[in-house]
Amino acid sequence: MTQASFDGKAARIRCQRYRRRILDISQRVSALHIGGAFSCTEIVDGIYNELMRKPGLSSPDTFLMSKGHGCMIQYVVLEELGVLTRADLDAYCTPHGRLGVHPDYGNPGIEASTGSLGHGLSMVVGMALAERGKRRDGMIYTVLSDGETQEGSTWEAVLMASSMKLTNIVAFIDNNDFQSLGRTSETHPSLYPLGAKFEAFGWETAEIDGHDSAAIVRAASARKGDRPLMVVARTTKGKGVSYMENAPIWHYRAPNKDEYAQAISELETQA
Amino acid sequence: MRNTFSETLYAEATANPDIYIVVADISPAGSMGKFSSEYPERFINVGVAEQSMIGIAAGLALKGCQPFAYTIATFSLYRPFEMIRDDLCYQNLPVTVVGMGAGVIYSTLGGTHHTQEDIAIASALPNMQVLAPCDPLECIEATRWCARQKNGPVYLRIGKAGEPVLTANAEPWQFGKLRYLRRGSDVCILTYGVITAMATAIADKLAAQGRSVSLVSAHTLKPLDRDGITTALQQHSHVVVIEEHAPQGGLASQVKQIAWDVRATCRLDTFTLQDAFIHNYGSTNDLLAAHGLSPERILATIG
Repeated sequence: MTQASFDGKAARIRCQRYRRRILDISQRVSALHIGGAFSCTEIVDGIYNELMRKPGLSSPDTFLMSKGHGCMIQYVVLEELGVLTRADLDAYCTPHGRLGVHPDYGNPGIEASTGSLGHGLSMVVGMALAERGKRRDGMIYTVLSDGETQEGSTWEAVLMASSMKLTNIVAFIDNNDFQSLGRTSETHPSLYPLGAKFEAFGWETAEIDGHDSAAIVRAASARKGDRPLMVVARTTKGKGVSYMENAPIWHYRAPNKDEYAQAISELETQA
Repeated sequence: MRNTFSETLYAEATANPDIYIVVADISPAGSMGKFSSEYPERFINVGVAEQSMIGIAAGLALKGCQPFAYTIATFSLYRPFEMIRDDLCYQNLPVTVVGMGAGVIYSTLGGTHHTQEDIAIASALPNMQVLAPCDPLECIEATRWCARQKNGPVYLRIGKAGEPVLTANAEPWQFGKLRYLRRGSDVCILTYGVITAMATAIADKLAAQGRSVSLVSAHTLKPLDRDGITTALQQHSHVVVIEEHAPQGGLASQVKQIAWDVRATCRLDTFTLQDAFIHNYGSTNDLLAAHGLSPERILATIG
């Protein structure tokens, strides 16, 4: 999809609907990683609904969720696309279900098992090489967490992607500035500014507001295309629900009944 | 053996455009150079970066390719272990991880370059298949099989250079089955990999003493041929395991387990590397001897 046909209001409504669906599921199962799913909601929506051609099982493009703990958003988008079923999501984390807290290869629409951090980008590089080797034009999209940039394996892949001139990779960093123990920028101040590091490793880079769907589409559409692209997306962990925003507890916790009601009411005002 | 591996892979890659090799800064000797110059898009050198070597191989396999990941055994298996577990085994992808120069072949390079525990580690992984050819001819068979199989990941343990041909007159190679290099009725020597040359010399000595000796290449360590080992235990009065691997989790310990399970009554002796880092230098045979693996000691014990 081109930038010209981008419909900002439709994207906003979709993202509100995704967050609500995740909140609904949170009332049945507490294991969610809700904060990290909400921080990359607009990014994952933008990739599937604006950037990938024919999103779904027949797409020539690929999306690999490197930050596997954010997969709730991937699940609900795949549900809307008809790739996963409502029954699949209703059975999330149950003994008769097939979807768990981290995405699992073998499920419809899930391109790789991730969750252990720092694995995704190397697999993306392999996929991009395969696309090139098979003379296909498939793009490989991925979302990394900022915490993943602390893994050495991520930098091995960053180096390879640019050295191999893999122009068919578009990566997003969900830069919500949080990891389990606190702010990512406090754990490793030296990582910042993040974009400059990728630039120095030979990537084309862009820095955007990661909750601005138009900016997400614009960054990918405006790429020069002669290098892999890394979009550093500034995001807010728990985005969309006031008490979840920038509160690390919502990395794991699910809202109770009252908190759920407040969250739904807040989301309704945002559409 | 590494040249045989490279030549075989080159031939397979010529026939199959989905075959890739991802290497981690390995010297481009012999046919590897031919592969890289003729198929540059399918020869990927990640440099000194073994974690991405495995991840990239996984990504290639996820898109339908048949990749090999290749470097010195300690670095191909130990360094990127979690990538092998999660990316290859958990996802059950047909990627062959080649451990070159396993055991104590890199004798003068010290313990960092010795691969003493790889069979146990690789075998412990669900979905992983483990192959260890004993000579260049078996290496051809194993490499071809890896290049054509879609069952899942393989750990292929190979030697380095100069291994003698031992299987010119052996029974046909078959994945998952013991292979008799010679058949006898008294003593059965079970072995695999490069140390099969030493086992062959021991078998010759025993034969010269009038013993009827079987010599068996257990080239497929996983899935191990339990039925074949049971038969060997039942049809010989004395079974001897010789392996260039730690005592835990290799062929020796597995044969002991099978022997207990089937209530074997034969005599069973096992000879392995020690559960120790040996700070010796010298030839491979010097290192093996320091671990207690020498024809003299083995013959003295089993004679």
